Amino acid sequence: MPYGPHTPADREKMLTALGIASVDELFDDIPEALKAGSLDLPPPEPELELATRLAALADRNRTDLASFLGAGVYRHWTPPVVDQILLRGEWYTAYTPYQPEVSQGTLQSIYEYESLLAELTGLDVVSASHYDGAAATAEAALMTCRATRRQRVLVSKAVHPQYRETLRTYFGGGLELDEIPLVADGDKAGTTDIAALERLLAEDARPVAGVVLAQPSFLGLLEPMADATRLAHAAGALFVAVVEPVSLAVLAPPAAYGADIAAGEGQPLGIAPQYGGPFLGILACTDALVRQIPGRLVGMTTDVEGKRAFVMTLRAREQDIRRDRAASNICTNQALLALAASVYLAAVGPHGLRDVAALGAARAAELEAALATAGAPRLHRGAYLNEFVVRVPGARAAHRQLLERGVLGGLVLEDVMPDEPGLRDGLLVCATEVTTTDEIRRFADALPGLTGVAPGAEPAAVGGGV
Amino acid sequence: MVPPELRYTKDHEWVRLDGDRATIGITAYAADQLGDIVFVELPEIGRSLEQFATFGVVESVKAVSDLFAPVAGEVVETNGTLASEPEKVNSDPYGEGWMLRVTVADEAQLGELLDATAYDALIAAG
Amino acid sequence: MGVTGERLQPTLFERSRPGRGAGKVPHPPADALSRIPGDQLRDLPPALPELNEPELVRHYVNLSQLNFAVDTGFYPLGSCTMKFNPKLNEWAARLPGFAQAHPLAPDEAVQGTLQLLWELQEILAEISGMTAVSLQPAAGAQGELTGILMIRAYHASRGDSERVEVLVPDSAHGTNPATASMAGYRTVSIPSAPDGGVDVDAFSAALGPHTAAVMITNPSTLGLFERRIGELLDAVHAAGALAYMDGANLNAILGRFKAGEAGFDVMHINTHKTFSTPHGGGGPGAGPVGVGERLAPFLPAPRVVRESDGSFRLERTGERPTSIGRLRSFVGNTGVLVRAYAYLRAHGAEGLREVTDDAVLAANYLKHRLTEDGAYDVPFDRHCMHEFVASAAGLKRRTGVRTLDVAKRLIDHGFHPPTIYFPLTVEEAMLIEPTETESLETLDAFAAALIAIAAEAASDPDVIHEAPHTAPVKRLDEATAARQPNLRWRGMTGRQMPCPD
Repeated sequence: MPYGPHTPADREKMLTALGIASVDELFDDIPEALKAGSLDLPPPEPELELATRLAALADRNRTDLASFLGAGVYRHWTPPVVDQILLRGEWYTAYTPYQPEVSQGTLQSIYEYESLLAELTGLDVVSASHYDGAAATAEAALMTCRATRRQRVLVSKAVHPQYRETLRTYFGGGLELDEIPLVADGDKAGTTDIAALERLLAEDARPVAGVVLAQPSFLGLLEPMADATRLAHAAGALFVAVVEPVSLAVLAPPAAYGADIAAGEGQPLGIAPQYGGPFLGILACTDALVRQIPGRLVGMTTDVEGKRAFVMTLRAREQDIRRDRAASNICTNQALLALAASVYLAAVGPHGLRDVAALGAARAAELEAALATAGAPRLHRGAYLNEFVVRVPGARAAHRQLLERGVLGGLVLEDVMPDEPGLRDGLLVCATEVTTTDEIRRFADALPGLTGVAPGAEPAAVGGGV
Repeated sequence: MVPPELRYTKDHEWVRLDGDRATIGITAYAADQLGDIVFVELPEIGRSLEQFATFGVVESVKAVSDLFAPVAGEVVETNGTLASEPEKVNSDPYGEGWMLRVTVADEAQLGELLDATAYDALIAAG
Repeated sequence: MGVTGERLQPTLFERSRPGRGAGKVPHPPADALSRIPGDQLRDLPPALPELNEPELVRHYVNLSQLNFAVDTGFYPLGSCTMKFNPKLNEWAARLPGFAQAHPLAPDEAVQGTLQLLWELQEILAEISGMTAVSLQPAAGAQGELTGILMIRAYHASRGDSERVEVLVPDSAHGTNPATASMAGYRTVSIPSAPDGGVDVDAFSAALGPHTAAVMITNPSTLGLFERRIGELLDAVHAAGALAYMDGANLNAILGRFKAGEAGFDVMHINTHKTFSTPHGGGGPGAGPVGVGERLAPFLPAPRVVRESDGSFRLERTGERPTSIGRLRSFVGNTGVLVRAYAYLRAHGAEGLREVTDDAVLAANYLKHRLTEDGAYDVPFDRHCMHEFVASAAGLKRRTGVRTLDVAKRLIDHGFHPPTIYFPLTVEEAMLIEPTETESLETLDAFAAALIAIAAEAASDPDVIHEAPHTAPVKRLDEATAARQPNLRWRGMTGRQMPCPD
């Protein structure tokens, strides 16, 4: 066993103290018929061999692609200070801070994380973290049902498809989930259809608990959040904004348009893509909803000597105390990732975060122009920050050919939103502060052979940027 | 010895009849068991309570407990100060820590409850 | 002592000064945001703190030194399995090929990760004795929800809508009833038998056409193996219900008992307990679930599939329509799973058997030391598994010193307290789990500390009531924290507590 300390002498000593001959006697409670037979696993490997094999596995993943893929997970530059702090054993090998006297590091860092996200969202109560953006969104939707005692939630089709799938799973028993359609054409094409929302809210027999929109949307478009909030509140429903945290440095935050709850994915804050996780579920709400928010909360207090200290609080909401009456069963959360996000935010600072968002916007505009010239214009006309949809005929085949040319050309929308005919031939692409002009050129150069437009020629249709 | 003029449930609520109104709270024993009380969830005015049905929740730092109505009635008043000063339930459970007032549907229900002697015996038995 | 530092820190906000920091990101062109409509932009920038890197580093290094951690000392937290977190695993998870892989990248671009995940599915299926595994759940609790939702889907698929209850023993972890409620079930709590095990007869009496499932932790939360588990599983299936095993205590039975083989229909695994992935101050973890034939069709999607040509891919949308869907985005907490995979490949079958044997031996040895001394009650006069319950009930009666006080005094001895006041079925409970990675010297020192505290309780109880004395902060005012919650930093206005330094 690679990490165990016990020598045969140690084991002998313990067996002798117990007055037994063999450790097998300690397993006598297992009924004979139920004892496991074999355990058939790959043989153990000493560290050098294991490391070699792990490195070889990692090498089978491509790291050479010029990637324009976002769709909820974004490439950013994470200052190395973040990971070096995270590698301190006092952070990553610590447990949940149930004994606050010896957990002030973790507790203060969570309080700081709550405070940082409160600044970004404008909402005063921030949970210590949830699993990811999808689970946080589902919990937010459940919160609206609990708080209003209604059973129906409306979610825009422009919210991330995987988040909507997750919502459906959580809503499986007795709660209703309806999707708000998108505007089909014109300047607002691709954004949430506000008129349709109004109609859905007007069904008196099925009152709505919550309305959920994303900003920016999954399609990268900026949504009419203030209008949607107003309509939701007028109907007695709560409003949930699904947000992307880097964009909150420049975009109007949930509090500005009156959202009651914010949910979102914190991965862009210093967390690597890691093929899907662990990520960071952001969940925040107004003071009025503090008793409804699931997950841990850390607050400031004093110790008996009057020293400032931090402690998990409002614990009686949680599963270990409320048990079957807990709002959620969540126990383990994503604490270390909340720390990563905090260190990232502290490392880049408010101006740095703003620059990350603005640079992404600038690169995205560059990308848009380059792709339009190469025959892949934007599909929509609404404003976007750093992600948008381009039209490429035969998008799926084009995506494959781009891959062969070393370009990860975003996401084939038909794969994730097959029921939206307007999105057929759509590729969802993004740019961030790490996207280079060279990469954009590679993408644009690889396209003409696929779109039938000669390089440098005027494209057939141009999508505007505003 | 608990206040002799009140009646008690085996779930540690007390009730005092003032005319046609009944004032309800929890006993010192219950407050002690719970520890420092941090939140009391009370029903809305106008809600109808059934005898022995739950009407709210009391939370302490480390525990949570349902509250059971000693008598049936309609909620006419709740103690608003408990929202900002829940500690009153610990410091003055029979006085300033009162929780709600109801109109009493059936006074005879009070007779079904424990008197002070019986309640004292109950908590002494542990 | 278990905590290496003592320098309390001001918050980031108090350290902030305008103009500090910068230098991490290039400046954008001035007109970068001019195409965004004004009403969509922030009026005011967020008031995030501005620190330069040296200050930032000191802040987080000093804060970290206020923490107890596995890397600093012994953490005998029952039910948490605080074993050593191997450093190779941190290296592996950070390999750029793994760390930079985008979860929506085409399968052919991520064959290394997909192969690793597929192999892990197979390994966990073998360990649990199950047919198929999903790696999707982000934590044990999410694994539990997955399991119960699959059971719900199973009953629905058979047109059985009568099953509205889930049975759990009264010693169950709080996540069990909370999970049942989330899935829309009513929880029925069954009192345990006097020997600490589930009361199989009481369970049998409660089982019926209204039972959807039972949720059993085995070994139980008391650290005892359920001797009548076979009988219980037979009764469950005879009633048409399914059996869920909470795998939190898997460290006790690796290679000795396979849940699926024994008859459980579904089980979750906590990689952050049994398979050494680090706790991170409260997360992340991962909660893969294994299922038998009955539930295999309902596993969350997508799973990792191996093709006949030896390549790997994710299940496509709609490929397995019986799936309950997804509980979260993407395929799972892959970064955590890479660490678990490395741990499992480092151990192999013989290594895992040794893990279990040493964990169970160490727990029994520690239990023996305390039983011998007698100051603490150790209920259940039988061998424990990887953890055991001790009680300070007797100590409290004799001296007024409670489990909470003993726990705080252990801090002064350099140990993290064990799990306290759980399970709920034992008065003044201390649930102690040493794990297999603690030396005999540590176990002896811990036993000695507990015994010394009990002796001190008789002569000087106040010292214990006021413990800890050597931690960076003393006991906290948790009542005010809950009554007047201060959940975020607020500028220069509002009530402030004295800033350290």
